[in-house]
Amino acid sequence: MLAEIGLFAMVLALLAAMAQSVFGIAGPWLGRDSWTAAVRPAVTVQFWTTTLSLAVLIAAFVQNDFSVKYVAANSNSALPVGYRVAAVWGAHEGSLLLWAWILVAWTLAVALLSKSLPSSFAARVLGVLGLVSLGFLAFTLFTSNPFMRLEPAAPDGRDLNPLLQDPALAAHPPMLYAGYVGLAVAFAFACAAMIEGRLDQAWARWTRPWTTIAWAFLTVGIALGSWWAYYELGWGGYWFWDPVENASFMPWLVATALIHSLAVTEKRGLFKSWTLLLAILGFSLSLLGTFLVRSGVLVSVHSFAADPARGMFILAFLVIIIGGALTLYAWRAPLLRSEAGFEFTARESFLLFNNILLIVAAGAVFAGTMAPLISDALGLGTLSVGRQYFDPVFLLPTLPLLALAAVGIHSSWKKGRVSDRRAAILISLAVGVLITLVLVLGVWEGAKILTPLGFGVGLWLFFSALVDPIDRWRRGLSWSRGVIGMAIAHAALGLFVVSVTAVESYTRERDLALAVGESGTVGEFEYRLLSLETAEGPNYDALRGEIQVFEHGEPIGILYPEKRNYWVQRQMMTEAGIDMQWSRDIFAALGEDLGAGRWSVRAQVRPLINYVWFAALLMAIGGVVAATDRRYRRREETGE
Amino acid sequence: MTPRQRRITLVVGILAGVSLAGVLALNAFRENVMFFFDPSQVAAGDAPIEKRFRLGGMVRPGTVDREAGSLDMSFVVTDFKHDVRVVYTGVVPDLFRENQGVVAHGRLGSNGVFVADEILAKHDENYMPPEVAKAIKEKHGGVMPVNPDIRAAPQTGT
Repeated sequence: MLAEIGLFAMVLALLAAMAQSVFGIAGPWLGRDSWTAAVRPAVTVQFWTTTLSLAVLIAAFVQNDFSVKYVAANSNSALPVGYRVAAVWGAHEGSLLLWAWILVAWTLAVALLSKSLPSSFAARVLGVLGLVSLGFLAFTLFTSNPFMRLEPAAPDGRDLNPLLQDPALAAHPPMLYAGYVGLAVAFAFACAAMIEGRLDQAWARWTRPWTTIAWAFLTVGIALGSWWAYYELGWGGYWFWDPVENASFMPWLVATALIHSLAVTEKRGLFKSWTLLLAILGFSLSLLGTFLVRSGVLVSVHSFAADPARGMFILAFLVIIIGGALTLYAWRAPLLRSEAGFEFTARESFLLFNNILLIVAAGAVFAGTMAPLISDALGLGTLSVGRQYFDPVFLLPTLPLLALAAVGIHSSWKKGRVSDRRAAILISLAVGVLITLVLVLGVWEGAKILTPLGFGVGLWLFFSALVDPIDRWRRGLSWSRGVIGMAIAHAALGLFVVSVTAVESYTRERDLALAVGESGTVGEFEYRLLSLETAEGPNYDALRGEIQVFEHGEPIGILYPEKRNYWVQRQMMTEAGIDMQWSRDIFAALGEDLGAGRWSVRAQVRPLINYVWFAALLMAIGGVVAATDRRYRRREETGE
Repeated sequence: MTPRQRRITLVVGILAGVSLAGVLALNAFRENVMFFFDPSQVAAGDAPIEKRFRLGGMVRPGTVDREAGSLDMSFVVTDFKHDVRVVYTGVVPDLFRENQGVVAHGRLGSNGVFVADEILAKHDENYMPPEVAKAIKEKHGGVMPVNPDIRAAPQTGT
């Protein structure tokens, strides 16, 4: 009975979304104020019905209701309660419902915080969001109903995929979706501006915090996924240029460009149509990512069972949304001309190059991600594109981008006056180079050409980002949140580059064959297998190794890698043993029984790897700090 | 320079930069893209010698050969028409086993032995890489010779 309530609530939510989009778009168009006024109530109804629907699904999981097909397929009575909740978004149907809920939660936030906007504009924004919502709810309802019954009910469930039974992965999809869907808000703002035919600096100031928050969620979501892949897949890498990783990374790159372009639009009223285009592009890539992941066209950990009907539906939705928005753009963008000039070394130029380089990087990733699909579809052979392609083509635009950022954050609007800060820029460069020399020649030895380059540019950016807050402090000026947030985010990017460089340059890794009591060497490290014992968890049994690691003969840590066998799915899982130290991770994963009492062991020592994710988190924090700057909040209080 | 000249310089500069990036990307793409071949294509000589590619098929039962206690191993990848022997040193994935789909990255030696540097077998025991499923299907007119459960897609979640 409960499941039917959930389904019914979803139908109501669909109707509310329909009302929301009709009232929101037609109301201001036909000048019917009563319609316009009805948009916010429609949002409220949609929010509560979608919430009810999601709550019902969560309840079905928690109560082990195996008469619901989706629950039976993705949960089990032996599964801990926390993972039963996470199992809601452990597969396709529930993920979509979660997506729809996050969208309506964003919509509600917009509805509540947009009271100071002109009512027709707010209604249009909410109307466009309603259209997106409508598409997703219809998709869920007609192709992927999570409340489908199973007759007769299963005695027990098939369990959540053991790979997904993990805290970081429980949080990864909601974060990522919050980012994807947050870009829908920027998209809706862009569409509303185009419908209205008016785009001013107030518009940009309005759109900025929303976009930055969405970007922050996306950053955290991607970082969580990468962290999970590192310790859970047992391969020990943090980024594989997997198509699904790329699918989330492309919107991130575009969203990053959008944040910067919005800054220009807000401060100087420039780049208007470019900003609109980026807003459309960002959300389109989010949808494309969904299409790639959900339709089963991609070969990846993330792909669900292929279903052409679902693929076609998303594709159609994609065409309608993107096609519609681009048509609107072609028709309306010429109305929104920018009328101002700027000098070559002004901040506007730096941000222009920032945008170009980010879009080139996104384009390169896009080409590498789509090429296998296109080649396959055209019958040109089955090919795959790996890091041999992605690494160089991604670094090509991003290395100059970093150097540009180190200089550009000191430029001023309109007039090229970098010279004011020339000393600061040069000092931060000198400090960066000095530390690079210490790192490359002293701490770690042996380097590839990219190593000093990565360290140098990363450290330069790091120190350069700190100059402005320090300068303001010395001159007794106040720190606005915008200043702090920008400094944190850019310093974090520098830190990110430094840690990635360290990981890529100085990782020691080797596969070893070890029997109990034997040891093997990995560079200057020695791995000794002390014991192999069986252990038991709530829904699995495991073989647990105890490995002591030595550096130059000194013991530096003990690792407990596991090989788990999950009972329900009869799946073998590698649980890596990781000793997290402040400057590095010592890593071991158990492979298989090689015979003669030996086991294969994947041994890795990765310097600074945790700073990769920490830096991503810092970037997101910087974004949140900047997005809560007083100038965005004051406007709401005074209704400017 | 007048503002107009400056703008033209800017546009030309950007265009030049973007086209340079495009050319380099295309070059990187041409050199680093990996093609997929099945054992029949290898037998027919379609696959390149001493150039990295992906070899896919099923692990033929009874061919996984390992000297006890060593990381060196070899096995035969088959599409039930032709076989290719693969040698590999290192840890194989959890789901690598006989009669399962596998994709190996590596180079084909002139002696016809494929030297793999990476072995992929994805996260579902019924999973077979779509390209492997397709290759085998084409050889058998749509009838799977073994393991009727095999589907052409993995079944894991996000």
